[in-house]
Amino acid sequence: MEQLVLGLAIGLGIFMAFGIGANDVANAMGTSVGSRALTVRQAILVAAVLEFAGAFLVGGHVTKTIRGGILDPELMAHSLDVVQYGMLAALSGAGTWLLIASRLGWPVSTTHSIVGAIAGFGAVALGVDAVRWGELGWILSSWVVSPVLSGTLSFLIFVLIRRTILDHEDPVGQVRRWGPFYVFAVVAVIGMVTLFKGLKHLNLDLGLLEALAWTTALGLAAAALGAWGLRRVKVDPEADRSFHFATVERMFGRLQILSACAVAFAHGSNDVANAIGPLAAIVNATQQGVVEATAPVPPWLLLIGGAGIVLGLSTMGYRVMATIGARITELTPTRGYAAEFAAAITIVLASRMGLPVSTTHTLVGAVLGVGLARGIGALDFRVVGTIALSWIITIPIGAGLAIFFFYFYKGLLMSYAGL
Amino acid sequence: MSILDLFAKSPFKPLQEHMDVVLRCVRQAGPLFAALCEGDAQALRAAWQEIDRLEGEADRLKNDLRAHLPKRLMLPVDRRDLLEILDLQDSIADRLQDVGGLLVEREMPVPEAMRERLLELVSAVERTCEHAALVIQSLDELVEIGFRGREADRVAHEIDEIGSLEGETDRLQAELVRELFRLEDELGPVSVMLWYQMIGWIGNLADGAEKVGNRLRLLIAT
Repeated sequence: MEQLVLGLAIGLGIFMAFGIGANDVANAMGTSVGSRALTVRQAILVAAVLEFAGAFLVGGHVTKTIRGGILDPELMAHSLDVVQYGMLAALSGAGTWLLIASRLGWPVSTTHSIVGAIAGFGAVALGVDAVRWGELGWILSSWVVSPVLSGTLSFLIFVLIRRTILDHEDPVGQVRRWGPFYVFAVVAVIGMVTLFKGLKHLNLDLGLLEALAWTTALGLAAAALGAWGLRRVKVDPEADRSFHFATVERMFGRLQILSACAVAFAHGSNDVANAIGPLAAIVNATQQGVVEATAPVPPWLLLIGGAGIVLGLSTMGYRVMATIGARITELTPTRGYAAEFAAAITIVLASRMGLPVSTTHTLVGAVLGVGLARGIGALDFRVVGTIALSWIITIPIGAGLAIFFFYFYKGLLMSYAGL
Repeated sequence: MSILDLFAKSPFKPLQEHMDVVLRCVRQAGPLFAALCEGDAQALRAAWQEIDRLEGEADRLKNDLRAHLPKRLMLPVDRRDLLEILDLQDSIADRLQDVGGLLVEREMPVPEAMRERLLELVSAVERTCEHAALVIQSLDELVEIGFRGREADRVAHEIDEIGSLEGETDRLQAELVRELFRLEDELGPVSVMLWYQMIGWIGNLADGAEKVGNRLRLLIAT
């Protein structure tokens, strides 16, 4: 019986991770492919490596929140069978809604679906008090804060790029001078957030000084590599005559490869939990007989989640990405870098704090931030409205479907157990 | 729907394309007046047809851009300023169409004494419009740096240059009118009136170019 539940949960978890890889990764990498910083093939490669790294190294924090942060672990421990059916139902409900929504072409967030689903079944099956409303309030507010924060950051980063590079007599020389610093910044911020007390599940507990030392070393190595890469970009006087910033943009195309990596890493670190968080609760319930809120997530679960994402993006994600890649945007590499760096910082910070946020919404906030700095030709606000709407309907629908599946599994598995 | 739906078509490229067509239209003014001076009716008609065609193309581009500039777009500049620049650019081609139309419909031989200065005025007008087109081409750089800083200063300087080129056309226009009034008794009264208007219209082309520049100045200032 427990083997059956566990097997089903693993299957559904992989299916969910597969879906995240197939659909969401295309959105995460879309800004890089859209600005022509990466080809579709390169984007897939970058995403495969860094999504996996993000999921495996940082994915545990949000997983803990999904597992034992939304519903009260004490109450869950008293009704472990309910937890098993419920988490299965949450995966099924969120998965079903995502399938429907992607058929209809709606920009629905995996994060919102799963959070709504867990809160929904919890409130019905375990009682309204089982939902940790304070924690849920934090999560909901992070959905507003994350786009605003990434927008503010991207605004500031873009203003910095303008001050240090674009608005200068010799912009090409300035990229060579400042570029390595921009590389260092990405690696240092992401590295620090990841390493500082973040790798306990791998038995690596780095303190402040150790984390600082590793981060600095990594950052300097990346900066040296960046300096070398930027020097290899040839100045094209012909192109610069018709557009003064042609060479600068090509150089930033190199830097954007790094910011694209950061986004993939960040996406993996936050979204893997949507697939394996419910699974982690079921593993707890069937094997330990409790649901833990704070204990580290077993690395094998993160491996499964990361592998599922990579499988999804390398098979079906390719097609989605190719569709996006065929579209022309006004997003230039300087803008792409600013938006992606800001979004990656925001998402990784959220991941580290255990907050499940939507990567797409955070990226949209970042792009709008660059737009507010008068950096983009034209942005269409209609998308923002559609996103807000899909937000409002995703939570109740995710919850409703999870409740439906809960009774379905309860009936099905109980009659199976009764035999 | 994906994140790339956030990006709408930038209006700056179409605005530049429109100005490009307007400039090509204005460049037909030289052949038009050369044909007029030489009394070559066939060449006159050919230049007029080209002007008419390019004016039509400019109109099409204008309507197309307007249709793709709904209010919900977030632009780095005020949408009304962009539409205003578009209208000003378009008015240059419109006015040249008036000029060509009049020359085709009514025989207007150029008095010998006016010829040289008339062709001089036409080429000064072309230069002014070329400079305005150059400034419009700088929109790429202005968008890149967000309409401020060094690049904005450079463009502001270029706009001043349009102003001084337009001043030159004013001077030539005044001289031409003076010449026309000296010939008042030789030409019929209707011809005098029509030439007076024609000289004004030619001057309008340079005025339009100057207005385009001044409106662009507002984009940098805000």
